[in-house]
Amino acid sequence: MEAETLSFVNYCLAASLFLIGLYGILARPHLVRKLMAMNILQVAVIVFFIILGYKSDATPPIVRHGDETPIARNYINPLPHTLMLTAIVVSVSTTGVALALLIRIHRRFGTLDESELMEKLK
Amino acid sequence: MDHTPILIVLVPLTSALLIPFLAMGGGRFARAGLLFATAGSLLCSILALRASLEGEVLSYHVGGWPPPWGIEIVIDPLSGVMATLVSFLAVLAAFYSGPYLSGWTARRTGTFCSLFALLVTGLQGIVVTGDLFNLYVFLEISSISAYALLSSGGSKAIVAVFRYLLIGTVAASFYLIGVGYLYAMTGTLNMADMAARLPETSDSPVIVVAVSFIVIGLAIKAALFPLHGWLPDTYTYAPGPVIGFVAAVMTKVSAYALYRILFYVFVAGTGPREPLLLLGWASVIAVVAGSLMALAQKDVQRMLAYSSIGQMGYIMLGIAIGTPLALTGALLHVVNHAVMKGCLFMAVNGVQWRLGVFRVCDFAGMGRRLPLTMAAFTVAALSMIGLPPTAGFFSKYYLALAALESGYFPFLAALILSSLLGAVYFFRVLEKVYLSPENDEETRDTSELPFPMLAPILTLAVLALLLGLFNQTVVTELIQPGLPS
Repeated sequence: MEAETLSFVNYCLAASLFLIGLYGILARPHLVRKLMAMNILQVAVIVFFIILGYKSDATPPIVRHGDETPIARNYINPLPHTLMLTAIVVSVSTTGVALALLIRIHRRFGTLDESELMEKLK
Repeated sequence: MDHTPILIVLVPLTSALLIPFLAMGGGRFARAGLLFATAGSLLCSILALRASLEGEVLSYHVGGWPPPWGIEIVIDPLSGVMATLVSFLAVLAAFYSGPYLSGWTARRTGTFCSLFALLVTGLQGIVVTGDLFNLYVFLEISSISAYALLSSGGSKAIVAVFRYLLIGTVAASFYLIGVGYLYAMTGTLNMADMAARLPETSDSPVIVVAVSFIVIGLAIKAALFPLHGWLPDTYTYAPGPVIGFVAAVMTKVSAYALYRILFYVFVAGTGPREPLLLLGWASVIAVVAGSLMALAQKDVQRMLAYSSIGQMGYIMLGIAIGTPLALTGALLHVVNHAVMKGCLFMAVNGVQWRLGVFRVCDFAGMGRRLPLTMAAFTVAALSMIGLPPTAGFFSKYYLALAALESGYFPFLAALILSSLLGAVYFFRVLEKVYLSPENDEETRDTSELPFPMLAPILTLAVLALLLGLFNQTVVTELIQPGLPS
C-alpha cells in the first residue's frame, strides 16, 4: 500500500477506536465495561499520536557514527512517541484509581451494574 | 537563575512524597507537612507575583533547556494572581481540615494530606506552565488526586466520583487530541511559540477541529452547563475540607486554562466570532439553568453545587464576549467566586460536621446557634447575589457593562435574571437561619465551631468584603495587567 493510504487507514482506526470508547462509556450498563471503554478511548488518543510521529522509510533519530551530514527527512519525529509514554502512565494511574473505586463500590453494594446500583442508592 | 517559579510546584510535590513518612511519627506531623507545603507554595507565588507586577515576565526553563524544546514555566501577572489565589485557598483549607482529621488514624491522615498536597501541585502546575502537554499532565495529576480525595466522603461519594472519573478522563482525552492536532500543524508545544506560528495556518480546518476538542475538553472540566453532569453529586457527597478547596478553585483553574489558550495561544480577538458566540449562548443557558436548579434543591450543599454551575456560566460569558471589559469581569469573578464559594462551602460543611444537618429546613435558628459562622455565610451569600459593596457586585457589574457595550442584550437579561434567582435561593436559606425558630428546643451543642475551622471561614468573608471595597485597586493593580495585550 502507498504511504498515504496507509496513514489514512491508520487515522480511521484511531477515530473508530475513539468512537467505540465513547459509545461504550455512554451505553454499557456495567461499570467495568465502562472502564474498559474508557481505556479504549485512551488507546485511541495514544494511537493517534503514534501515527502522527510515524514516517515510512525512516529510522529513529540516532545518527550513526561517521555520518557527517544527517538529513532530517530520514528520521522519524520521536517527540509524539515520548509524549505517549507519559500518557500511558496517566492512563495506568487513572485505571488504578478507577479499579480501587470499583472494588469499594462492589464491597458496599454487591453489584457493579449501573441500574441496580441506582436502585440501591435511592 | 531564580528558582522561585518552579518552587511553586516543587514545594507541594516534594511534600506530597514526604508526608507519608512524616505520618509515621503521628497525624500531627502529616498535618504540619501539609501546612508547610501550602504555605511554601503561597510564599513563592507571592514572590513571583510581585516580581511579575514590576513588569518583568518570569520565564523559568525546567532543567535548563530553553523553550521551545524544554518545558517553560511562565509567571506573568495573570498566572501570578491565579497561583496566589490557589495556594491561599489551599492554606485555608489545610488549616480548616485540622478538627476534621482529629479522629483519624495517623496513616489515614498521612494519605489524606499527601493527596491534598498532590492536588495543590496539579492545580499550581496548570496555572504556571507554559507548555500545552505539560498542562495535560498537571490536569491529570490534579484530577486523579481529586478523585481519591472526593471519594473519601462515603459510599454515595464513591459512585459519584467513579462517574466523575469517567467523564473527567474523556475530557482530558478530548483536550489531548486537540493538542495533537495543534502539534501536527505547528510542530511545537510551547504556548508562546505556538502563538507565533499559528497565524500562518489560522484558516485551516484542522485548527477549528483542534479548538473544538480543546474547548469541549476544558469545558467539561470547568462544568459548563450541558457538560456539568458530574458536578452536583460529586460536590454534594464530598468531605468538608476537600470540597471547600475543590469547589473554590478546581473548576476555576480549568476556566483559566481555557482563557489562557483562547487568548494567549489563539489570540481569539482576531479570529472568527462564531465559536466564541456559541460558548456565550451555552454560558447564558448555564447561568439561568444553574440558578433555576439551585432553587429546586432541598440540600444546602447541593444548592451551592448548582449555584457553582451558574457562576461558572458568568466566567465563561466574560470569556465569550471577549472585550477587555468582559475579561476584567471574568477574571475578577474567578477571584471573587473562589473566595465566596470557599467561604460558603466551608461554613455549610462546618454546620454539617458539628450538627450533622444539611437540609435547608434544618438551618432554622442556626443564626443563634452558630452566630459567627452564619454571619460569614450571610456576607458570602450577599456577595453571591451581588449586593454592593460586596465583591460579587463588581464582577457582575463589569460583565453587565461589557454585555451592554457590545450589544448582547440577551446576555444582560440572563445576568439580571440569574441575580434575582440567586437572591431567591439564598434568602430562602437566610430566612431560615435568622427568622425561623429552632426546630428542637433542646440545645444540643450551642458552641461555635473550633477556631481552626472558624478562622478560614471568617477570613474569606472579610476578604469578600475587602475585595468589594477596594475593588478599584484590585482591578487596576492585579486584574488589568493580566489581560491579553
